[in-house]
Amino acid sequence: MREEMRDRGRQDGLSPKQGEGGGEMAFGNGDGQKSGQKGIVPILLIAVGVLFFLVMLVLPLVEVIYRSLKDGLESYMNAVTAENTIAALKVTLIAAVIALAVNTFFGLCASWLLTKFEFPGKHVLSVLIDIPFSISPVIAGLAYIMTFGRMGWATPIVEQINEWLGTDISLVFSIPGVVLATIFVTFPFVSRELIPVMQAQGSKEEEAAVMLGARGLTIFRKVTFPHIKWALLYGIILCAARAFGEFGAVYAVSKARGKTFTLPLEIDALYMAGSADSITQAFAVSSLLVALAIIILILKQIVEYCGKDNR
Amino acid sequence: MYVEMKGINKNFGSYEAAKDISFRVDQGHLAALLGPSGSGKTTILRMIAGLEQQDSGDVIVDGNVVNHIPAKERGIGFVFQNYALFRHMTVFENIAFGLRVQKKGKKEIRDRVMELVELVGLEGMHKRYPHQLSGGQRQRVAFARALAPKPQLLLLDEPFAAIDAKVRKELRVWLKEMIAQVGITSLFVTHDQEEAVAVADEIMIINEGRLEQMGKPVEIYKKPKTSFVAQFIGTSAVLDDFDGFKGFEEVPKGRKAIVRPEFVEAFKNDNEKVRSLIPAAEKGVITDISFRGSTLELTLEVNGISLTTNRSLERRHVEIGEEMCVLIYRAYILEEDDTTVYKNQMLKGVDVEAL
Repeated sequence: MREEMRDRGRQDGLSPKQGEGGGEMAFGNGDGQKSGQKGIVPILLIAVGVLFFLVMLVLPLVEVIYRSLKDGLESYMNAVTAENTIAALKVTLIAAVIALAVNTFFGLCASWLLTKFEFPGKHVLSVLIDIPFSISPVIAGLAYIMTFGRMGWATPIVEQINEWLGTDISLVFSIPGVVLATIFVTFPFVSRELIPVMQAQGSKEEEAAVMLGARGLTIFRKVTFPHIKWALLYGIILCAARAFGEFGAVYAVSKARGKTFTLPLEIDALYMAGSADSITQAFAVSSLLVALAIIILILKQIVEYCGKDNR
Repeated sequence: MYVEMKGINKNFGSYEAAKDISFRVDQGHLAALLGPSGSGKTTILRMIAGLEQQDSGDVIVDGNVVNHIPAKERGIGFVFQNYALFRHMTVFENIAFGLRVQKKGKKEIRDRVMELVELVGLEGMHKRYPHQLSGGQRQRVAFARALAPKPQLLLLDEPFAAIDAKVRKELRVWLKEMIAQVGITSLFVTHDQEEAVAVADEIMIINEGRLEQMGKPVEIYKKPKTSFVAQFIGTSAVLDDFDGFKGFEEVPKGRKAIVRPEFVEAFKNDNEKVRSLIPAAEKGVITDISFRGSTLELTLEVNGISLTTNRSLERRHVEIGEEMCVLIYRAYILEEDDTTVYKNQMLKGVDVEAL
């Protein structure tokens, strides 16, 4: 066994001194033995992992940056500041911010309800919340069209409301439609992050606060929130990442380039145009999304790091 | 302030947690709700607190029916099992919580918190977090936190369950003294009879949602009202067929009985001092001897039934297989839902206490 290990040590390019001179001693110490025995498996796994990561993630992303800058910084800036791009960025940000606000609020309510109360139908509700995870986003978008589109059953209701309010809000092929679709696909993120944390926490501390005379809102602010704040922030970040990148659901309800297109749709449109210029532009706009993604990734790391100490 | 429950019923689905529970704990008394786990004792405590709503019946605090007063307005102190301290708050903030909720002044809060910190013996620890404290210290914080808003009634759910056996006895004494010092009416839940006997003025025995018996610890021990209580309190094994023992001829045949170790005396056949008692005694053979720290526990076979008794180490040496005289003073005879104490008729007129 030991001989074998020593040989392997040499093959793996360990220093000859360790292999020969050290003999028993060199491999006798605990650490050396451990890594010696398990040596090949972790190295293989790491190699596979790194390779996969490089091929599937890093190279394509580098490619995006490279392609976007291929025609020089000027054409990159032109692409990024093009009217359609700015409009798409605006729509993306509007949809993401509203989706975040709405989902944070409803996510909190849902997790509060599911973890602190007992009621009939609790499990059904818990499953319903996950629907956006299991349904293809395109179907979600189409469902909105079926409901709120020209032929949809809810359209007369929306028109009625518009009449009363004197507004002209349309829920499909418009920014509200994009917002709705984004909310739909990002709905479970916050509650799914919160539920395990709140479940683990139980409701003992809340009950203690009740017995000390605290009201609901005080209990939430002073007892519940400090425990869930990092999980909540983490959920919000995941939610944001998904909101920025959503394609399918938004694609179904958004058809007007420069008006209701989000960044992913704009990129798709540029790419599909097919000319060499527009493809470069598509990559340039993509780099915006990559930048957003990297920012989110860094935030996520910070939150995870902070959350560890506080959970 | 006294607390009273009147005809309380509570079901969780098909599980009956409380069946027609009625009792009263007087001002300044310390009472224990004692019962096996799942007997419904914690539910009773939670109904008094308002954390659980009874299906029927009244909870009365100081003469007022509080059924519809929410928990946060009942002004009852509650010490939770495992304490449920606010983990992200210091000891000071934990104790101050109830006062901050009442919007008390800064100085008033500080004074009251420091007073309590001193009362529970945690001087200099008020800046620590719960995870930096030992189990016993956490219990003290939980106690101080519950007392901070000056409640008139204190409820404690298994207050010693999370503490290791060694410190537990110490804390029992401490808690009992503390409650006496504060003079607050208190009610605590436990599954440990030794704990209930050591701490409480009064014990309520709960079984399957029913109040089996309430009374002073000694009363319950001496006069168990139901077969459950007779079995639950003290060390006791149930004998299936208690029949044919000298002095117990009146006992109906085929009854189950409980004969506690302290109801049984065994002495050697040549014991001069008790010669007059020999006619009242049965013959028995020692089948087992085990050392119980300060006494020996003898198991004897008498009339085909195993009885146990404790024997002082100061007495003469005995061996397994030795024949002894076995005297039974008393036995609890269990009936359907009742217990009767039968005394050895042959000992009538004998001063047993003098033995």
